[in-house]
Amino acid sequence: MLLLASGLTKTYRTGDELVRVLDGVDLTLKAGESLALTGESGSGKSTLLHLVAGLDSPDAGRLVVAGTDMVQATDVQRAALRRDAVGLVFQQFNLIPSLDIAANMAFQARLAGRLDLGWLEELVQALGLQGLIHRYPEQLSGGQQQRVAIGRALAGRPRLVLADEPTGNLDEATGDAVMALLLQLVAQAGAGLLMVTHSPRLAARLDRRVHLAAGRLHTVEPLA
Amino acid sequence: MRPAVGLLALLSHWRRHPFQLAMLLVGLSLATALWSGVQAINAEARASYDRAANVLGLDGLPRLTMVDGSAVPLARYGDLRRAGWPVSPVIEGPLPGSDLRLIGIDLLTLPTEARLMDPAALDLQGFVAVGGEVLVPAGAAARLRLPDQPRLRETADLPPGIALADIAQAERILAAPGLSYLLLSRDAALPADLPADLVLARPAAGEDIARLTDSFHLNLTAFGLLSFAVGLFIVYSTIGLAFEQRRGVFRTLRALGLSAAALTGLLLAELLLLSPAAGVIGVGLGYLVAAVLLPDVAATLRGLYGAEVPGTLGFRPAWWLGGLAISVAGTLMAAAQSLWRLWHLPLLATAQPRAWAHQAASGVRWQAGVGAGLLALACGLGLWGVGLWAGFGLLAALLLGAALILPLILHALTFCAGRLARGVLAQWFWADTRQQLPGLSLALMALMLALSANVGVGTMVGSFRLTFTGWLDQRLASELYVTARSAEEAAELTAWLAPRTTVILPIWSAETMIEGQPAEVYGMTDHATYRDNWPILLGAAEMWDRLAAGQAVLLNEQLYRRGGLALGDLVDLPGGALPVAGVYSDYGNPRPQVIVATDLLVARFPDIPRLRFALRVDPAQSAALAQEMRAVFDLPEAAVLDNTRVKAMSLQVFERTFAVTGALNVLTLSVAGVAIFASLMTLSGMRVVQLAPVWALGLTKGRLAALDFARTLVLAVLTLVIALPLGLVLAWALLAVVNVAAFGWRLPMAVFPADWLALAGFTLLAASLAALGPWRRLARMAPANLLRVFSHAR
Ligand SMILES: Nc1ncnc2c1ncn2[C@@H]1O[C@H](COP(=O)(O)OP(=O)(O)OP(=O)(O)O)[C@@H](O)[C@H]1O
Ligand SMILES: [Mg+2]
Repeated sequence: MLLLASGLTKTYRTGDELVRVLDGVDLTLKAGESLALTGESGSGKSTLLHLVAGLDSPDAGRLVVAGTDMVQATDVQRAALRRDAVGLVFQQFNLIPSLDIAANMAFQARLAGRLDLGWLEELVQALGLQGLIHRYPEQLSGGQQQRVAIGRALAGRPRLVLADEPTGNLDEATGDAVMALLLQLVAQAGAGLLMVTHSPRLAARLDRRVHLAAGRLHTVEPLA
Repeated sequence: MRPAVGLLALLSHWRRHPFQLAMLLVGLSLATALWSGVQAINAEARASYDRAANVLGLDGLPRLTMVDGSAVPLARYGDLRRAGWPVSPVIEGPLPGSDLRLIGIDLLTLPTEARLMDPAALDLQGFVAVGGEVLVPAGAAARLRLPDQPRLRETADLPPGIALADIAQAERILAAPGLSYLLLSRDAALPADLPADLVLARPAAGEDIARLTDSFHLNLTAFGLLSFAVGLFIVYSTIGLAFEQRRGVFRTLRALGLSAAALTGLLLAELLLLSPAAGVIGVGLGYLVAAVLLPDVAATLRGLYGAEVPGTLGFRPAWWLGGLAISVAGTLMAAAQSLWRLWHLPLLATAQPRAWAHQAASGVRWQAGVGAGLLALACGLGLWGVGLWAGFGLLAALLLGAALILPLILHALTFCAGRLARGVLAQWFWADTRQQLPGLSLALMALMLALSANVGVGTMVGSFRLTFTGWLDQRLASELYVTARSAEEAAELTAWLAPRTTVILPIWSAETMIEGQPAEVYGMTDHATYRDNWPILLGAAEMWDRLAAGQAVLLNEQLYRRGGLALGDLVDLPGGALPVAGVYSDYGNPRPQVIVATDLLVARFPDIPRLRFALRVDPAQSAALAQEMRAVFDLPEAAVLDNTRVKAMSLQVFERTFAVTGALNVLTLSVAGVAIFASLMTLSGMRVVQLAPVWALGLTKGRLAALDFARTLVLAVLTLVIALPLGLVLAWALLAVVNVAAFGWRLPMAVFPADWLALAGFTLLAASLAALGPWRRLARMAPANLLRVFSHAR
């Protein structure tokens, strides 16, 4: 099992108030499977994704990602998991501003010691970034930046790709194009995908769909 | 909307960011403190020069002396007066048993320009009465132990180092053989031609103490300015950040109907509220700095220029107000850019935290171009400039030019390092460092200025010390120096000493006017002691024979340079001019000096006291001989000195001279450290956006923080490496241009690599302290803070 979560809870403190964002989340994901995560704004989708990515730690429950027990893990182990097993695409500010596009794309793969120039070149072609690799992030449009982020997430052939509304900042046409690319490339790389999205239309293109509400996950059956 | 409401909204920012407020106040008060501290010292010194000039305008007035330098007989004075000469008699000499100089004057004939303090302050009766009072500076009476104690009266109106008495009283106390000189009023018409036995000396304009010491004060002022500029860097970066963080508030206020002018006015009001507060703290601190440094400054001025300045600080309202004004002016200067931007802020512009720190590459290049121009100007001044102002212009152009070029150099260095780096993290490290440069370059410039000033001044002082100690060994070649109390005692002493020493060398001197300036004439007896040791700078071997034969003179370097003289030129001496045969170094002496053969000195100045002698003895015996001499002749401790003690005393004076510079140096460096800290704290707010992606891709916060820490150290070290050669050029300029113009001597330059190591250590320490806070902040940052970057629209 690539991802296994059960009874996950996470509470935030704002002032004197405690907000229980996740309240017993159960979730599994197999290698090569894609899963859409939907939910209202503020329901805790990003929070769940961050826990899975090892960017934050849960308060209670069980969480195993690519064989690493994320509840017990130290800071160093979490960083190693992010580096070696996870590809991340956020909604914005994905890229390292001081590095050019080529360096950004290769960064994580090189960090993990898994740079495959042939695969990288394939990604650049597939994402249509050929003319842009010597530019800097600030010289790219939002859609272009998101395509670079997808390329980077896949460059190291991670076992798990986590995407948090990767097309949320883009117009519909661009968003669809980027999305299609993501799905195609994830399938090509044989990675598992957990993607947060607001759009039922996009969610429908993935293998499974779960809905987060009141701190718990509910399975949503495909309509057809 | 009422402006007061707006002001409150703006001020609330500082309550939520107390650290920023503290930084603003610290930067501003440090800048003000060092500036006003130096000003206080200067003001105190100037006031005491003024007092000296007011009380005794004597130095500025023309005077008559005897051609042969002897005392003016009383009868001669009487004759002149009767012939209608408007002369006034003065007797001057060291007040026995004190470090004061006693001046005896005749109140009735004294020219009005020389009118003492306020005549009303003088108790004329007491002053003029037979055995009348001696006026001494405040606080001096307790220190005095006069034989046959006259009545002393302390007065605050006298400059330090001077005692004043009626001429009759002075004659008695000093046991003077006659009058020292006769004063004339400044534009008095002489009733007849000058008699042949008298010379008229008109003091050369601008040779008074205030002018002489100008260079020293300029030096201090330069340091004060440097510290002030460094402190303003802090203020600049804090104000910039505070403005940037409040863009949202500004927009809201504008949207609520406040005009751009009103908003700018409000922010101006805010700054005018904060800066006087910092000014008061700064001026208070400055007072402390000045009070701590003033005794050393006073010692320096006395040692180098013979200028008397009290070691304590007076209270001067003008100076306090000046400090406040400079603090407000500095704030406005540092805020000008931010205010200007605010004025032009588009109503709907989004907040761009990086924008204000982000300088376009073209800006860096333009700046470097100006810097290169300034460096070229510095080269020109170094090659062709003449005089003190050219020297200071050279220093300023050099420092400013180098500071402006620094960002480009650092940019290039980090670029090359990034190219050479192999690992992915190393490459990111250098690229990211380059990205930080615009935000850090002001602080790094400040650091570089402080460091190069440190290297430059350190090298100058070190070179001076090295030369000075070597020179002392040469000048103090004799083992013992003895001073007799009277001619009879001198005769007995020499007779007693003759069989006990290798040689007895008289050290006799006279005072006279040379090239229009008061100068010393020393006699030198032909002996190997001098031929082998005397610190000759210029002159052929046969000069000793010509000197001994009374055919030539030696000059000290000061007289040689200031007088623009060359070997072979004639120097006017009472009784006939003589050619210059050689030049020797004479550090620490403010006055021109001439050396002639002892026989010639005695022939031309028959009335000089002949009391001092240098003795050559077996060094192993010198201590015992000194003891015996004191016992046999009942001499006071200070009458017999051995050369090691004289050297120790001279070195002590020397060290005090440069203690002030050293202290200012350390203070400036510390302020530069604070500037780096302020910049780092400012930047750390916008660092999150740059670091969060790297963290998300698999680096721990601890690692990132360590890299950030290392970055600060690397930049500090790079800056030091650039500051080093700059400091050496600075030292050269100080030694070869400024010193020559200010003091009249040129010193060979030496380098002190051990000092550089110490400086490197200090730099690393300062940079580490500055980087510690941001490092902890990042290492302990909650993940949520980093994650916000990705989730919320910013
Ligand atoms: N660092 C934090 N401190 C306090 N509360 C937080 C923090 N981060 C998130 N929250 C709260 O937790 C809840 C879930 O936030 P989260 O970002 O996971 O929602 P989301 O489902 O991703 O929403 P959106 O669709 O708008 O992105 C929200 O109510 C949010 O206010
Ligand atoms: Mg979210």
